[in-house]
Amino acid sequence: MSELPELLFSKTHEWVRIDDDIATVGITAHAQEELGDVALILFPEVGRVLQADEKFGEIESIKAVSDLFSPIAGEVIAVNEELEASPELVNDDPHGAGWLVQIRAFIPMDTSELLSAEEYDELVREH
Amino acid sequence: MFESNEPLLFEIGASGRRAVELPTIDVPVKPLESLIPKKHVRGSLPLPELSEPEVIRHYTRLSQRNFSIDSGFYPLGSCTMKYNPKINEDVARLSGFGRIHPLQPAKTVQGALEVMFTMQNILTEVAGMDETSLQPAAGAHGELLGLMLIQAYQKSIGQGHRDTILVPEAAHGTNPASAARCGFKTKSIRSDARGRVDIEHLKSLLGDHVAGFMLTNPNTVGLFEDNVAEICELIHAAGGQVYCDGANMNALVGRARPGDMGFDVMHFNLHKTFSSPHGGGGPGSGPVSVKSHLAPFLPAPMAIKTEAGYELQFDRPGAVGKIHGYYGSFMCILRSYVFIMYYGSEGLKTISENAVLNANYIRVKLQDEYDVAFDELCMHECIFTLKRQAKEYGIKAIDVAKRLMDFGIHPPTMYFPLIVPEALMVEPTETESIQTLNRFVQVMKQIADEAKNNPDLVRSAPTATPVRKLDEATAARQPCLCWTAPSDAVTAA
Amino acid sequence: MAYIPNTDSDRGEMLAALGLNSLDELFSQIPKDLQLKGELNIPSRLDQMSLARHMGALARKNISAEDHPCFLGAGIYHHYVPPTVGAIIGRSEFYTAYTPYQPEMSQGMLQTIYEFQTLIAELTGMDVANASMYDGATALAEAAIMAKDLTSRSVVLILGTVSKHYTDVLQTYAEHSGVEVVTVSGDGGVVSSSSVEAAITPNTAAVIVQQPNFYGNLEDIEEIFSAAHAAGALAIASVDPVSLGLLTPPGHYGADIVVGEGQGLGCPMGFGGPMLGLFACRTEFMRRLPGRIVGETKDGDGKRAYVMTLRTREQDIRRERATINIFTNEALYALAATVYLATMGRQGLAGVAELSLQKAHYAAEQITAIPGFELMYPGAPFFKEFAVRTAASPEKINEALLDNGIIGGLPISTPDGDQGLLFCVTEQRTRQDIDRLVELLWAL
Repeated sequence: MSELPELLFSKTHEWVRIDDDIATVGITAHAQEELGDVALILFPEVGRVLQADEKFGEIESIKAVSDLFSPIAGEVIAVNEELEASPELVNDDPHGAGWLVQIRAFIPMDTSELLSAEEYDELVREH
Repeated sequence: MFESNEPLLFEIGASGRRAVELPTIDVPVKPLESLIPKKHVRGSLPLPELSEPEVIRHYTRLSQRNFSIDSGFYPLGSCTMKYNPKINEDVARLSGFGRIHPLQPAKTVQGALEVMFTMQNILTEVAGMDETSLQPAAGAHGELLGLMLIQAYQKSIGQGHRDTILVPEAAHGTNPASAARCGFKTKSIRSDARGRVDIEHLKSLLGDHVAGFMLTNPNTVGLFEDNVAEICELIHAAGGQVYCDGANMNALVGRARPGDMGFDVMHFNLHKTFSSPHGGGGPGSGPVSVKSHLAPFLPAPMAIKTEAGYELQFDRPGAVGKIHGYYGSFMCILRSYVFIMYYGSEGLKTISENAVLNANYIRVKLQDEYDVAFDELCMHECIFTLKRQAKEYGIKAIDVAKRLMDFGIHPPTMYFPLIVPEALMVEPTETESIQTLNRFVQVMKQIADEAKNNPDLVRSAPTATPVRKLDEATAARQPCLCWTAPSDAVTAA
Repeated sequence: MAYIPNTDSDRGEMLAALGLNSLDELFSQIPKDLQLKGELNIPSRLDQMSLARHMGALARKNISAEDHPCFLGAGIYHHYVPPTVGAIIGRSEFYTAYTPYQPEMSQGMLQTIYEFQTLIAELTGMDVANASMYDGATALAEAAIMAKDLTSRSVVLILGTVSKHYTDVLQTYAEHSGVEVVTVSGDGGVVSSSSVEAAITPNTAAVIVQQPNFYGNLEDIEEIFSAAHAAGALAIASVDPVSLGLLTPPGHYGADIVVGEGQGLGCPMGFGGPMLGLFACRTEFMRRLPGRIVGETKDGDGKRAYVMTLRTREQDIRRERATINIFTNEALYALAATVYLATMGRQGLAGVAELSLQKAHYAAEQITAIPGFELMYPGAPFFKEFAVRTAASPEKINEALLDNGIIGGLPISTPDGDQGLLFCVTEQRTRQDIDRLVELLWAL
């Protein structure tokens, strides 16, 4: 993940990219590898308000189900509708086209619990 | 024999073909409209039309594309794939059993009621408990009933606030699923380094919100929970009830009884331990045995014996509700009865002895090539971890499993329980000969060698089966669950 | 032991490989005080010939539908089973296999399940069906729970004409799943759609109808379903699949979920079990469908193949979050139903339904011509079962019938205090059977 220094990471294997107050969230390459071929994503409704660490959805592969947790507090403003027809984008491009949701963060934004790229790599290594 | 494809039922036959000719109607025929309002009469009936030879050939050919115990070695851990004696099938075919209606008066079904009553008693004795219900239609169904009984009991003694069931993290998925279906919350108990329930973790989670604890014994890694008596005492002292998942009873029949260990309630899987055929995924039967304090809650009806003969007792005040439309899987219970009567009090023990011997024999014969997950005597199944092969050669449990198919052997259970990485769980059962076991060992050694020296061969398996590895991802992403006629093909999205 | 191949000599060799001296040593993990000292207190063993004789004697203590014509129905039916069914489910490649976890060597079972799913979907007029449930009763219970989950409403409205064999089980499941069951009664042997409409509230998750209902009568499904949908509730029907050889399938009336008992499709009555639960629903609910499902896919060579799919709904993956706890279902009976439907085919199933209909109506006409016997619900159209109010005690009538070699209808008493018999007439009942029944009833 050190090749993606602009991302921050959660302990539950989500990544977040922050542009002003818009946070784009997805799952990491490590997470999609553990999960296997993604089959379905259960998205939150647009407009839903989330706390940090709140479960906002589920992601299913053919052999597992994982909960998705929001890295920051805010309001869901978009979900990646392309994943309905092409869930494999999460496997193929987890940090790009495989993004899951966009959140308008509440200000002030609290990213103190999130990990840097190096810290996330450390977490995965320990696993 | 394994030609390219067997067409679907809907792709064979032709309009006008018949496989059955019904008798000409022998009563005066009334016009349909005078009997049934037109709106209730269907337009078209889109069923196939085949002659009898076509039906038979189609399903016979499909049967030849299906592996089974009668075809070969089927060491599917925790499923107890033992040989199904053919006398059981002969008995099941007797019209005196198959063609009786459950609502017939008791005096016309004394034979059936005697089978039910006797089986209630036999299972009660095997369990080491006090009463048995034959109603659940499968193990998971039995779990649901067992949990309902615990819930009813707790409520009856003023402990209805207990809303949590403790379940080992290594437990079969049906355990927490059944608890949830019963309205309970679940909490997971860790396993310790020996593969047993971590007693300290268990102690830390006890409290007056705990209604009970579900335990499989021998557990899901094939080891006897040697602290079981202590565990039961702990749970009882904390006000909980203890449930035994009896899926692994093949290791214990005639040797030890869950009731004696302290369990309050258990279920049996007749289609595992007592040879009722697995049927390709059922029917099953999951009778539940209980200690006397839970007996009043067993659902109606129960088979009873009176001076007048055998009867079904429907009047059971305080019983939990019915969970099956009628009395349970009678035809499975019947087959298990025949099986048990063959072994009798003298012979039941030989089942567990041979089952445990066979599993341990495989364990020692393969322990050089494959890492045994727990280095001790196993019970009726042994579990290997392919963690090392995955790391060194990139060969995982699933690869070995698929390669076994090329040798005409059904793979062991893979990736269960989750506490053992890259798990392969082998349960030979007592009905396999030393020759079969030796062949299995030899094949597994060959695959171990291939993993090291020719991993691509292993990864490309299976090649000798009717189809190769399947695209399960597309099946889940774009499910196609139903054939549709080509003219109106619609993809289910 | 005939089923244990290894001899003492084999066992000796194996124990030596383990470095053990006796079989007892294999059980050293089990504390000594937990091991049985003697033998279990169960019957002594029987050799196979004696066992066959013992079981034959037990079977002869039962009077079967083969011995006496049987006029019992109420959810379990004596329909004709063509010999193809036994020939196929008697093949041990099917009955000694287990769940097809390894699809490459289980294409036989997987393809038959796919065919079963398709047949049930077509028969019920729905989009998708699963691989089976334990029985019609538990299928109905699971449908109610699914409706609660889908609508987030907690009440299911059930017509009073649904069989008690189903509602008892529904009630049990409902109590443990936070579902409240409310019954709406009717009279005349059916429940009017206006009664149903009046009973629907904003908290109604689903309306449940049995068609034909417990008394054999046909409900006004179309209107009832409209009322349900108008209120945002789901429409659930519990069917007799054999009746669908003739009757409009609930799918054509917009049913959201169709469940039923598949026993009549080539499975034995078997004293009530095992049974075959049917479960079908619309595409939009597919991912909430409980139980096993088989889907079509391709293998690495592009060959069409079948595999269990959407497995993440199931207990082994979701555990406490699974849509249901079912694991082993009724695969072999689903196979029986598949072979039955393949054998009967379009003409056969329609024929069975029509024969049952005509014979039942003939029997009803003849029986109700007898003083002391009247149709309980003269206005209601019925399929193959009908309720007869009897002046004499139903049990006494049945005793007299039994003495003369006939298994009579089911004694029933209605909520209104009526007593009588529920007669079922299938294609298996000959005119002689029916005329003999009528003759005996006259003689009472």
